[in-house]
Amino acid sequence: MNVLLLIKQVVDTEARVKINDAKKNIATEGVKYALSPYDEFALEEGVRIKEKLGGEVTAMSLGPARAKEALRTCLAVGADKAVHLTDPAFAGADAYTTAQALAAAARKFSYDVILCGKMAVGVDRGVTGAAVAQLLGIPFVANVTKLEFSADNKKATVTRDVEGGQEVYEVELPAVFSCEKGLNTLRHTPLKGIMMAKSKPIQELKAADLGLPEAKSEARVRVESMEYPPARQGGRIVPGDPETAVKELVRLLHEEAKVI
Amino acid sequence: MAAIYTVVEVKNGQAGRPFLEALSEARRQADKMGGTVTAIALGQGAGSVDLGRYGADEVLAVDQPELAAWNLEACGSAVAELVEKGQPVALFLASTVHGRELAGWLAARLKAGVAADVTHLETDASGAVTVTRPMYSGKVRTKATFSSVRPQIVLLRPNIFPLLGESLGKTAKVTATTVSVPATASRVKLVNTQTPPAGEVELTGAKIVVSGGRGLQSPENYKLVQDMAKVLGAATGATRMIVDLGWVDHALQVGQTGKVVNPDLYIALGIAGAIQHLVGMQTSKCIVAVNKDPEAPIFKIADYGIVGDVFQVAPLLTQELGKVVHRPVSV
Repeated sequence: MNVLLLIKQVVDTEARVKINDAKKNIATEGVKYALSPYDEFALEEGVRIKEKLGGEVTAMSLGPARAKEALRTCLAVGADKAVHLTDPAFAGADAYTTAQALAAAARKFSYDVILCGKMAVGVDRGVTGAAVAQLLGIPFVANVTKLEFSADNKKATVTRDVEGGQEVYEVELPAVFSCEKGLNTLRHTPLKGIMMAKSKPIQELKAADLGLPEAKSEARVRVESMEYPPARQGGRIVPGDPETAVKELVRLLHEEAKVI
Repeated sequence: MAAIYTVVEVKNGQAGRPFLEALSEARRQADKMGGTVTAIALGQGAGSVDLGRYGADEVLAVDQPELAAWNLEACGSAVAELVEKGQPVALFLASTVHGRELAGWLAARLKAGVAADVTHLETDASGAVTVTRPMYSGKVRTKATFSSVRPQIVLLRPNIFPLLGESLGKTAKVTATTVSVPATASRVKLVNTQTPPAGEVELTGAKIVVSGGRGLQSPENYKLVQDMAKVLGAATGATRMIVDLGWVDHALQVGQTGKVVNPDLYIALGIAGAIQHLVGMQTSKCIVAVNKDPEAPIFKIADYGIVGDVFQVAPLLTQELGKVVHRPVSV
């Protein structure tokens, strides 16, 4: 069972973000990056599938030079190959152009299942996986928390959360699944893996290799400006012993905040 | 005349609130540009839901067996076919799990732009949309515009856009519509659904959320959260900490790698307020925090806080709330 992982390097989730001077993006100086948390579930699942059923795991990412670090993480954990889509021509890519690039690259590989994270933390969009699947003409199920294969490896049974409940689907392969928390937990990266990943080659693909035009001219959505949301005014403590404070709080919620 | 289309998922002859919110917003924006609103209703009983009440001029009701249960390819093809026929300037979708995968699929199928998790939007006279959406887990927000490609696909965050108030007194023109469904849609079959136990309120759409964290000290004490939620008709939530400890299911996790909620009232019991949790609830209209540590970061963003022992305060609060709340507000 060959697995293709679509991963993204994102701003470390602990980081405080600062808006850059152009007020269109975040300042990148001194910022730490990491594999997107939801992609960790995809990576772990891909390696588990390989361990159980054999086959190859290829990790693929579209991003600037630094994205190679995230690809090396995948190699260290157990991916066999890494592919880096990197080109100034990809700058300004939106969901549509990103999906186009990933799908064009995916067509160069053999895959039975494509795994990605539910969304890239920070970008917080969660639509690229479905777009890639449509472009490749294969099924897609979002937010998978359980993934099992039929004995002949031709079908998958997946479970996913929906608002207030779960759905279970039977899906013919090949297919794309985005991974949600609950699917698994990423193993500790073995030291041996880290050492080995340092020397493994990462294949680079440019826009021209994929027959794609400049993303900036093709992107359908463009960020015009970025700002901080208004800070919440908080900090009001309701004083007194528990009974007094509770009574006053409930009064405030009813009469002042009018939320109950 | 510019048209805005929206998709409404119909289950058992009913449409969920996130879809009605998107429809209401479509109406407001269409009015600004002198345009029309068409609702594509998908599912069993698609033609029977009163969508004129929430602003639809026209309803294209698709009630075919292939779309009785959610099927991304079938629903996507249906919407694409109708959008290509009608050529709307924009397509508004509710940002539910189904809505998001539909939006991504359609963006590829229609070669269109998609803006997700939109919390505010504006249109000009020609129907060009400008969206405001949070990024970096709400630490910043961005304004984005679309190119000239149509439709502009917009995913609207639930619980932000108000439902149209009283009925507009308008009746939508309902047309039973048949679409062609590709044979390949049968590659995916919905084989089972699990609905939550009766009385459980869904988290992302809830008007009130009661949430618990590490300050509860042990899993049995999550009952304090549940008792308060029951009295309020509220949904229950949790921090990543107690989810990772196995006290509650990850579906209850609120935060950066959990759910983002924006209820009218968020009550945080025994939650310190790590930034990753705050990003999941900081847009709540009113935040209440109970924690024994006066320095807990949550107090900085809480509208009201009680510094005290959660084991003492929570039961008293539940009791007191019970006196004021006449009937549970359920979603």
